[in-house]
Amino acid sequence: MIRDVALGQYMPGKGIVHKADPRLKILVLIAFIVLIFCSFNFAALGVVTAAVAVVIALSDIPLKYYFKSLKVIIFIVVITSVINMFYGTGEPIFRFWILKITMSGIYRAIFVTVRIILLILVSSCLTFTTSPTDLTDAIERLMKPLKFFHVKVHEIAMMMTIALRFVPTLLEETDKIMSAQKARGADMESGGLIKKVRALTPILIPLFVSAFRRAYELAMAMECRCYQGGDGRTRMKSLHLQKHDFFCILFTAAILAGVVLCDVFIAAAI
Amino acid sequence: MSIIEVKDLCFTYGIKTPFEKKAVDSLNLSINEGEIIGLIGHTGSGKSTFVQMLNGLIRPTSGQVFLNGEDIWAKPKEIRKIRFKVGMVFQYPEYQLFDETVYDDIAFGPKNMGLSGEKIDATVKKAAKFSGLSEKLLKKSPFDLSGGEKRRAAIAGVIAMDPDVLVLDEPTAGLDPKGKSLLLSQINSYHRERNNTVIIVSHSMEDIAQIADRVLVMNKGRLEMFDTPKKIFAQAEKLESMGLRVPQITKIMISLKEKGYDVSDGVLTVEQAFCEIVSLLKKEGKI
Ligand SMILES: Nc1ncnc2c1ncn2[C@@H]1O[C@H](COP(=O)(O)OP(=O)(O)OP(=O)(O)O)[C@@H](O)[C@H]1O
Ligand SMILES: [Mg+2]
Repeated sequence: MIRDVALGQYMPGKGIVHKADPRLKILVLIAFIVLIFCSFNFAALGVVTAAVAVVIALSDIPLKYYFKSLKVIIFIVVITSVINMFYGTGEPIFRFWILKITMSGIYRAIFVTVRIILLILVSSCLTFTTSPTDLTDAIERLMKPLKFFHVKVHEIAMMMTIALRFVPTLLEETDKIMSAQKARGADMESGGLIKKVRALTPILIPLFVSAFRRAYELAMAMECRCYQGGDGRTRMKSLHLQKHDFFCILFTAAILAGVVLCDVFIAAAI
Repeated sequence: MSIIEVKDLCFTYGIKTPFEKKAVDSLNLSINEGEIIGLIGHTGSGKSTFVQMLNGLIRPTSGQVFLNGEDIWAKPKEIRKIRFKVGMVFQYPEYQLFDETVYDDIAFGPKNMGLSGEKIDATVKKAAKFSGLSEKLLKKSPFDLSGGEKRRAAIAGVIAMDPDVLVLDEPTAGLDPKGKSLLLSQINSYHRERNNTVIIVSHSMEDIAQIADRVLVMNKGRLEMFDTPKKIFAQAEKLESMGLRVPQITKIMISLKEKGYDVSDGVLTVEQAFCEIVSLLKKEGKI
């Protein structure tokens, strides 16, 4: 049913990637994204690929879930790599009508494909191994410096947490309301566009009503527990960097050094 | 004559995912026309899943449901017709109200059935009367009603389709004791007037004992017992092993009997218990 759509869903586990500090994980992800786009030759790309493979192996998530998230973007990957193939410069090795394929075009296609796949893999790894609450928590802390510019960091993070929390609840509710209206003979399959849109009212109205009701109840419950925004709020789970986090930092630094060295000493392929 | 018959009915949620869960497991039973069936079972025993298969809201993973001898999934395109014949009131039905007025909301079902204007008006008024909604409330917005009134409005919305089988999933959950017994007696009188089949899911053994002709006990997705309330509630130990219990008054009478008093152990209501005790006292010459 509707509930099966959740992709990149958090899966509890006990591996080192699960345990790592979420702030660090976000920073490492950013570092990886930068590195993926800064690898200009095969050696550098090889280093990044190997690093991603190591992270995935350590992540304690069955490989088939990574394949599942790749399956969704396979179409985009194929299209972009085919288009890129024709964009190379230099001596053509194959010519067809106005299209020509060059060696640099093929290199480009390979780089684009590998880059997209690596991007999806590392970001899936983050969402697979980090619960949404940890994630928003980490984002809140990383954005703390923005407070200086009067950005309401805590409020934004709280809104994100609440929104994420209610996605499954609302999906479940939609399922229930749909069943209830179908039981009264609501017809959602047949008819033209206008009829189909009109058939949605019996579902959307109760859904909105219940969303507002939940929002009121939640607000009330938060106020009853004296919530008044981020000022002066302390945390139950305070994050501290631990030993394994330093390994993460070392690992990332090593990859960084590797990619930079490859880029500097070996000629760029594209 | 049996109106509903169920053969080897199974349902599994999230099939072929890590979250696979068998909710209903090889059910075989038949329900007679005009019966009131009480359905009990502890939380998660598959009651709601089972009743949703009766009107084709969910399709069985395997097995069949027969309505008047016909497989309801014989023609999947015409499954809507089945839903008019088997009316289903969900758990907490008040959250599905949506129209501008209570009247329009109750008319939603009959309109989907394709009834004409006058007929709709008649069925809506009748359904409102059956479920104890006053005419005045019909013009209000459903969102301005109290919880109990909303529940009645939602039930009226299903009764308005005049189904041959009425399924109620925990109709009395969250109502006050008075509202509870009122709702039950209204369901009972509706049943007597229409002489249709009613299936009530409930966690209240007292309600079931009071209203049901036969009781269906589910445990972990399986059919455990299916018999008259008297016979079911005489097996207190078996019920307790399944996380259920017998009505309070039955329990009292059973312990009286264990203490050596000469009372029967199949007592289901306070009135019956009263008669039993009075006749016992008379027999012993105490009154
Ligand atoms: N939409 C769903 N997706 C996955 N599993 C479900 C879903 N609905 C119910 N289940 C599971 O199926 C089992 C039976 O659920 P069901 O709702 O039929 O129980 P019930 O007897 O009606 O319980 P209750 O008395 O609490 O209403 C439960 O273990 C439940 O976790
Ligand atoms: Mg239920």
